[in-house]
Parts: sequence; C-alpha cells; structure tokens
Amino acid sequence: MMSFAGTGQNQIKEMDEFARKGRGRQRRERAIRIFFFCIALASITTLGLIVVFLFMEGLPIFAKVSVNDFIFGRYWYPTDEPPDFGIFALIMASLAVTTVASVISIPLGVLTALYLAEVASARIRELVKPIVELLAALPSVVIGFFGMVVVAPFLQEVFDLPTGLNLFNASLMLAFMSIPTICSISEDAIFSVPTELKEASLALGATHLETIVRVIVPASISGIATAIILGMSRAIGETMVVLMVAGGATLIPSSLFDPVRPMPASIAAEMAEAPFRGDHYYALFATGIVLFIFTLLFNVVADHIAHKYRQVGAATL
Amino acid sequence: MKTTDLDFYYGDFPALEGVSLDFYINRVTALIGPSGCGKSTLLRCLNRMNDLIPYSRAEGKVLLDGQDIYDPNVDVVGLRRRIGMVFQKPNPFPKTVFENVAFGLRVNGISKKTYLANRVEESLNLAALWDEVSDRLDDSALGLSGGQQQRLCIARALAVEPEVLLMDEPCSALDPIATQKIEELIHQLKSSYTIIIVTHNMQQAARVSDITGFFYLGKLIEVDDTDTIFTRPKLQQTEDYITGRFG
Ligand SMILES: Nc1ncnc2c1ncn2[C@@H]1O[C@H](COP(=O)(O)OP(=O)(O)OP(=O)(O)O)[C@@H](O)[C@H]1O
Ligand SMILES: [Mg+2]
Repeated sequence: MMSFAGTGQNQIKEMDEFARKGRGRQRRERAIRIFFFCIALASITTLGLIVVFLFMEGLPIFAKVSVNDFIFGRYWYPTDEPPDFGIFALIMASLAVTTVASVISIPLGVLTALYLAEVASARIRELVKPIVELLAALPSVVIGFFGMVVVAPFLQEVFDLPTGLNLFNASLMLAFMSIPTICSISEDAIFSVPTELKEASLALGATHLETIVRVIVPASISGIATAIILGMSRAIGETMVVLMVAGGATLIPSSLFDPVRPMPASIAAEMAEAPFRGDHYYALFATGIVLFIFTLLFNVVADHIAHKYRQVGAATL
Repeated sequence: MKTTDLDFYYGDFPALEGVSLDFYINRVTALIGPSGCGKSTLLRCLNRMNDLIPYSRAEGKVLLDGQDIYDPNVDVVGLRRRIGMVFQKPNPFPKTVFENVAFGLRVNGISKKTYLANRVEESLNLAALWDEVSDRLDDSALGLSGGQQQRLCIARALAVEPEVLLMDEPCSALDPIATQKIEELIHQLKSSYTIIIVTHNMQQAARVSDITGFFYLGKLIEVDDTDTIFTRPKLQQTEDYITGRFG
C-alpha cells in the first residue's frame, strides 16, 4: 500500500513536470509565431508602401491631363512647351514587344523542354540542362549588350534597315531571357510525368509522338503554364534590355522593324532628367501605374489559367 | 506465342535466365513465384515494354505467330497494338473515364462518335464497370476508387481488341466481388484471346488458369497443366511454394 501511494505521488510530480514543459513549449511556439508574423508584416507593409508611393506620385498628373488623354494620347513630348503627355505609343510598344517575344519564346522553350525530357538521351540531357539553367542567370545588361553589338548590326545589314535597334531586336532579346526559364521549368514538369502513364499509352499502341501529344503534354500542362508565366513575367517588366535595344522612338509600331519605346524604357531613360515633382515626373510615375496594372492583370490571368489547368491536368498517382 | 531461351538483364543483373515457355491461344497461363522472381519482367518482355528501360537487354527469342518480336525489323507500335497489357498498379490517364477507354481507338485512327461510344460501353461492360460509371463518363478517371481504376485499365486494354492479353496482378487492388467479376471476365475472354496472368493468389491461379508456370530467381522452375501443378507437382520446390512453406 505504502509503496503504491509513493508511486502515485511520484507520478503526480512527473505529470506536473510534464505540464510545465508543455507550457514552456507552447510559449516558445507562440513567440516563434509572433516573430514570423512580424517579419511577414514588415515585408508586406514595405511593398504596400511602395504601391501607395507610386500612386501618390503618379496621380497628380491627372489634374493636368484626363486619364483618357493620358492613355490614348498619341503624343509624348514631355519637355515641349506646352508638353504632351500621351503614352499610347509606349503602351503599344510594350504590348508589341511582349507579344512578339512570347511568340518566339513559348514554342522554342516548350519544344526544347520536350526534346530534353522525352527525346534526348540521358547524356545530352545532363549536359544541356545545366547550360540552359546557366543562361537564365545571364544579367539582362549582358543580353542588352549582345543585342546592341551583335544582333543590331546584323539586322541592319540583312534587312537593310535604318537602325538595327528596333522592336524585333528587343523581342528577340527578351525571348532569350525567358526561354531558359520556360524551358527549365517545363522540362521539370514534363520529366515528372509518371512513367506508368507513358507505358500505358505505349502499351495501347500509341507512337512516341502520340504519347507526347496526348498524354505527356496534357499531364504536365499546369507545370508548362507556370513555366510560361514565370518566363513571360521576366520579360514583361524588363527594363534594361528594352532601354538598350528597342530603339527609343515614340511611335506606334507598324512594322516588326520599327524602333519603339516601351514603358519601362521611357521611365528609366527620362526619370533622371525630369524635375522633381514636376509634371514630367508625375507623368512618369503615372506610366509606372499603368505598367503596374498591366503586370498585375497579367499575373491574375496567368494564375487563373495555371489553376484551371491544375484541376483537370494534374496526374496524381 | 512462345519464348525460347530468353535471358533478360537490367544492367549486369540477370532478371530472367533461359526461360522457354509456350503460351497457347484460348488458354490462360498463370505465372506464379515469390516477389522479385521476374514475373513482371517476363510479361514486359512480351510486349517489349522493357525497351524503355535504359541499360537493359534481352537475349533469346520471343515468337508471336512464328515471328521473333525482337527482330530489328519488327514494328514495335504495331506489335503493342496486338498485345494488350494491364499493369500491376492501376495507371489511368488524367482524362475522363470515356477518353481513357477511347484512347487506344483514337490512336488507331478511329474517330467516329457512335462507334467510339459503342466500343467504350462494350469494353466497360466486359470489365464489369459500366454500371458504376455509366453516369460519370465525363468525370476524371482519377476520381474513381483504386479498384474501379484497375477495371478501367482492363476496359482500356480490351477496347482495342488485342490478340494477347498480359495481366500483371490485375486483382491485387480489388475487393472479392470485383475480383470475382474479373475472374469471370477472364473465363469469358479465353475463347478469343491468349491470356497471361501474373498472380500471387494461389487460389486465383488454380481457379482461372489452364497452365501454370512457377518461377524462382529468374528461372522457370516448372510448368504444367494447372491441375497437375496444384495436385502433384514434380518438384519439391514447387510444392513448397504452393502450399505456402516458403515464399
Ligand atoms: N527497372 C529495373 N531496374 C533494375 N532492376 C529491376 C527493374 N525492374 C525490376 N528489377 C529487378 O528484377 C527482378 C525481377 O523483378 P520483377 O518486377 O520482374 O519481379 P516480380 O516477379 O514481378 O515481383 P513482384 O511479385 O513483387 O511484382 C527484381 O530483383 C527487381 O529488383
Ligand atoms: Mg511484378
């Protein structure tokens, strides 16, 4: 009996100890949670403040020009007297450059990924994949430099143009920038399609090509979509390349070889010379707002597409 | 269909050694043996599915209608259309139920709607799945249960009407009722196919097959009529395995 009572008391002590440790652990967990919350809050607040700042510095221009005139205005002569603040040509230039770049980079990137994941031998794959990934790390100024020094003279000569710095050159360079991202991420998605699916298709008498088109691509489409989004979002707001090789002329492009002035190039080129809190300064920030809305819309749509495909396409085996 | 002196290597590892085995039309051949003895490997040699595995090679002959399927001139795609396969793990495509079954027909160039619909229904019926999925043909096949997925894979293989049907443990994911349905199906299909089935279930082998081959460590130890194998096997090793004394 005595020993039993003794054991009981010991047990109570142990349980006390246990509870105390438990409380200590809970406190520590709460502290960690608060710590992470503060860090997250700090970075989100900073981003939020940047957006607020962008709008504060951009909106005043609309006291001088209407939103309509600003967006659809044909003339961008910010330093003339009186100045013209119409960014329609800049918007069209951005759209044209991004579109042409995607038309080049999406097929090339995805087809290269298919080649690497499905057709190439393991040796070639292991050799080429790291090289492609390395290309993704090329600084944009280097690509811009390449466009200026190598591609521009080539285009000028071959097509007999007044300048090789133009819409096509900029699109090509932007495509160069997004292809590695598109290729490497799509390749991961394609490569991770389960072998079982491939075998199922081949066992039914499908050829390798039919298997790629009907099974492998649909099963990895959400990964491919993500790859395209990430690749294009690298191109869409890219400044350095378009500043260096797009040509800088404020005109609405009518040919592939027109020099153009996309929004980021305009902002970067003019910000330094625009008088602080002058109309030109406000107009450049307003251009930034438009660019921001563009990329935002792009991301929302892209996210939506990736999500939609994920639901039908994911191969969960 | 037959194999003569077939060896198969994964790299340097011999997974099959000197397997000579005949498979007869209108007969069910069961392959039994402990895990890792090369049953799946043999099955995958018969439709050249092992071609996909790098560093693997097959030696010896596999004859289908007297022609060696490992002959370099053989059209592998055409060959696989004649030899259907149901895999060990259910592997439906991430497509609708209908498209899963119609897949083989579509890659064979059939696109007529009514014909497709008929073939799909027929195949699903054969695989004892039609009643369960007739109202969800347009839902994703990944939403089916494991057992339903396996029967879908069987329906998918049947839709293209192969001559030989390879089944790798088709019932390992099924409940007794579905298993019974599949076994009935095998009986029914026997009249028009050559069926080769891998199973770990001795009763199943005894129930469905006409001929049973016992494998051990990549070698064909004994092959005979199923009745003979299960009642008076010639070798002690076979008897020990069948009666569960090793495995
Ligand atoms: N892709 C592969 N690469 C290398 N070795 C393999 C591969 N597939 C199978 N093997 C080996 O070959 C041997 C036979 O495998 P196999 O899958 O044919 O066995 P099994 O009889 O089907 O077994 P189980 O009853 O478990 O399915 C095993 O030792 C296995 O480890
Ligand atoms: Mg197996």
